[in-house]
Amino acid sequence: MAYKRNINKLPIIPKGAKKHNVVCNYCIVGCGYHAYTWNVGADGTTTNNIFGENLSVQQGADSDAWYSPSMWNIVKQNGKDVNIVIKPDKNCVVNSGLGSPRGARQGELNYSQSTSTQLQRLTDPLVYRYGQLQPTSWDDAIGLVADVTKAVIDDQGEDGLFVSAFDHGGAGGGYENTWGTGKLYLESMKIKNIRIHNRPAYNSEVHGTRDMGVGELNYCYEDTELADTIVSVGANSLETQTNAYLNHWVPNMRGTSMDKKKKQLPGEDHAPARMIFVDPRRTVTINSAEAEAGKENVMHLAINSGTDLALFNAWMTYIDSKGWVDKDFIKASTMDYDKMVKGNKTSLSEAAKITGLTTKQIQQSAEWIAKPKGNKRRRTCFVYEKGLIWGNDNYRTNCSLTNVAAATGNIGRPGGGCCRMGGHQEGYFRPADGFIWEGNPAKPPYVDKLLIEGKGGVHHVWACDHYKTTLNAHEFKRVYKKRTDIVKDAMNEVPHGDRKALVKAIMGAIKKGGLFSVDVDIIKADIAEAAHVILPAATSGEMNLTSMNGERRMRLTERYMDPPGQALPDCIIASKLGEAMGFSGYGWKTEEDAFMDGYHNGTGKIVTYDRLRAMGNNGVQEPVIDYKDGKLVGVKRLYADGKFDRHGKDHKKLIFKESKWRGLQAPGKEAQKKKFKYLINNGRANHVWQNAYLDRKNQFVTDRWPYPFIEMNPSDMKNIGVSEGDLVEVFNDDGSTQAMVCPTPTAKKKETFMLFAYPTGVVGNVVNDGVNEVIIPNYKQTWANIRKLANKPSGVNHVSFKSKEYKI
Amino acid sequence: MKKTGKRCQRLVDEGRRSFLRGSAASVGTIAAATILQTKKVEASNFPSNKLANVKDLKTNVPLDINYPDEDSPGVLLKLGSKVEGGVGPDGDIVAYSVLCPHKGYPLNYNDADKVFNCPGHYSVFDAEKGGLQVWGQATQNLPQFKLKISSGGDIFAEGVDELIYGRLSNVL
Repeated sequence: MAYKRNINKLPIIPKGAKKHNVVCNYCIVGCGYHAYTWNVGADGTTTNNIFGENLSVQQGADSDAWYSPSMWNIVKQNGKDVNIVIKPDKNCVVNSGLGSPRGARQGELNYSQSTSTQLQRLTDPLVYRYGQLQPTSWDDAIGLVADVTKAVIDDQGEDGLFVSAFDHGGAGGGYENTWGTGKLYLESMKIKNIRIHNRPAYNSEVHGTRDMGVGELNYCYEDTELADTIVSVGANSLETQTNAYLNHWVPNMRGTSMDKKKKQLPGEDHAPARMIFVDPRRTVTINSAEAEAGKENVMHLAINSGTDLALFNAWMTYIDSKGWVDKDFIKASTMDYDKMVKGNKTSLSEAAKITGLTTKQIQQSAEWIAKPKGNKRRRTCFVYEKGLIWGNDNYRTNCSLTNVAAATGNIGRPGGGCCRMGGHQEGYFRPADGFIWEGNPAKPPYVDKLLIEGKGGVHHVWACDHYKTTLNAHEFKRVYKKRTDIVKDAMNEVPHGDRKALVKAIMGAIKKGGLFSVDVDIIKADIAEAAHVILPAATSGEMNLTSMNGERRMRLTERYMDPPGQALPDCIIASKLGEAMGFSGYGWKTEEDAFMDGYHNGTGKIVTYDRLRAMGNNGVQEPVIDYKDGKLVGVKRLYADGKFDRHGKDHKKLIFKESKWRGLQAPGKEAQKKKFKYLINNGRANHVWQNAYLDRKNQFVTDRWPYPFIEMNPSDMKNIGVSEGDLVEVFNDDGSTQAMVCPTPTAKKKETFMLFAYPTGVVGNVVNDGVNEVIIPNYKQTWANIRKLANKPSGVNHVSFKSKEYKI
Repeated sequence: MKKTGKRCQRLVDEGRRSFLRGSAASVGTIAAATILQTKKVEASNFPSNKLANVKDLKTNVPLDINYPDEDSPGVLLKLGSKVEGGVGPDGDIVAYSVLCPHKGYPLNYNDADKVFNCPGHYSVFDAEKGGLQVWGQATQNLPQFKLKISSGGDIFAEGVDELIYGRLSNVL
């Protein structure tokens, strides 16, 4: 049976409950919420409550006066038990009161000893002692980390210290924490062997657009309400940027943003949006768009996997040949247009051959993008995400799409934009990192590869879990375990309490190929199985935290509860470690100190916690340029003035890029495709946040997905001899993993789709180590064979395998 | 083909109307509250309410019911094949709330797939799997009414396994 909480009643929020601004700490959209807290036993009543509503009667749809059991919990606040309800903010312009199936569970995803939720949270520093990880003091744990790290640097130089660190926002960092870690590793030290949470190097996923001068988050969500056409590339936004889609795209498809269009953009024709989806797979996003906009206004370009670039270049060629480009803009604000058009020339028939589309589909989609409406330019908003970012030839494909958006005058204009949709929120503020990219050609170190090759002596891991979220994961885990076990065995030989002897033994093991692993996280990640020291971190809401969302909207989440046990904000942990290693400039007492030291001082000294707090859940859109009349002043959309600076060039022109089709770019992909039968496309599901680090202990989620699903066409299932729910092994020469079969008639034959980064089956195990010229992985173009492991396990009997699609 | 009871269809129409106003629109009280009479019920344990008799049910045709009070719309459904949690001679009778536990929009029964669909934000709940959210935006599966059948075939509801949308106490 489906999981049910059997909660029949919730405590009512009383008048006078404390109200905290909260931005959902999960996805890029950053929906506004409020956390209400009040003492246990001091509940409101049906007639006397914070809503001023009579709660003894049924509330209507979209009621602000209702919250689900998943939004409630009992947590510690200043050492006392309090009720907490974290509910969506109706007045936040991002989500207008909508909660996603991830964010609307923030309440029950808090640590609670009263309701036994998230008891997996780390409460104390742990060190490897007596053959196990044992609790200890901060001084002991930090002291050991500092001593070993210093010894490794003395022996190998700073290149012996490897770092994996978050660099985003929300639960993936925040300005305070990226600064804390950044100051330690990029300023106090100059660590080159550093990587980010989901990829094996320290790099942007969108170098292409940046080199053209175009920052990847250049629009505002309102542009998707104003656009004539929305082009979505490799993005399944209903599931992965849920409320940006529901609150901003859907009104445009439905026509409910028409008044806004007429008011803001007078003097031109307006109609509900047309939608173009570029995705080899039919998604629930496409299903819902058809329901909202009508099938006649939706084009699904189900291209051959990895061929996006050819499609974009054909669009560019066709649009140029028709003269549907913004000539004034190209002349005033760009360079290398003619060179790009010539270099990227691709005919409709060439593109049709590569992509598997018809020439008519390519031509019609080009018309929807750029054919003028009357005598006015069509407003087209281009968005893309992991299908492009983690797909074939990332750099060039990114350029090809941005070429089309720029040539049609759609960057910096209302209803336009050429933006990534995003995964995590952003929250990057760090010292200069150019030294990481030294070399010819310039590229960052491929950190995972170096670790596999035996390089490095100590590895600091900040909220990263390579065991679930990297490529070539099978091999990585094998080597990582082996190397860290060498150090564990050496530690076992040292009598208790003798730090000098311990460090000596560890260094001896490192010389034999061992690796000392330090894991800083909020939970015990899978990679922490290998750790020698684990340091417990606080997360958003247990500390004040600032981040920005996919339209650069910066806000402050206010601390609403205590961190578990001795857990501390990451920036404070970095500060402690910096001091223990003898560096100056730390000693922060609070996260606000770190914010002021980094973001505030480095961005014109305008933004403070007090000022941000006053801006509430609507915050301010970065860059913040002023503080006026008691308000922070930001920028609604970038590049409205036609000046492009993301490449750092003084001329401030957008540089069009030649980006020719060259087949499957990453090493090993073509051979893998030839050898193995099934495409193992992969990505997210809306129930699950990131690698399920919290959801793995949330029964609502694990009940729905006990194992990662693999969507398969029924004829493929027949060929393999499997039924719904059966466990299969997915395997190739790079590794193997498992998944649960989900019959999917809309899936193309031999093209499967597997849930990414799930604890009970890691797709990264079968993703080969091929990367692009700037070390961006290609997760999407993966091929493997599939064999039956077992009939449906009993833990799957209750699971539904019916269509996920909404049917009118 | 979808089949819904008359009242259920009306709820769906109401839901669509509010849906068309857009998610950003402030809709306050709509759907259930405007359609249904509001009636205060004293807080108590779950009532045992007769919903219908087995004879009243047609296979795979939802019958409109209300539980635990008349302001909480639901359906009684004879699925046609035995399911876990089903009651009746064939073990196939179930009952659910039809307010989507995400935002309270009235659900629509799809008899081909035997699922409930939400016109608000496209959620899908499986009537044959205890209301499991196949896909959707809610953070809970669909509230199911606990049923008991008398020797004469009368079907009684005697409890609910999740919080019904729009009320902070299932029994108001």
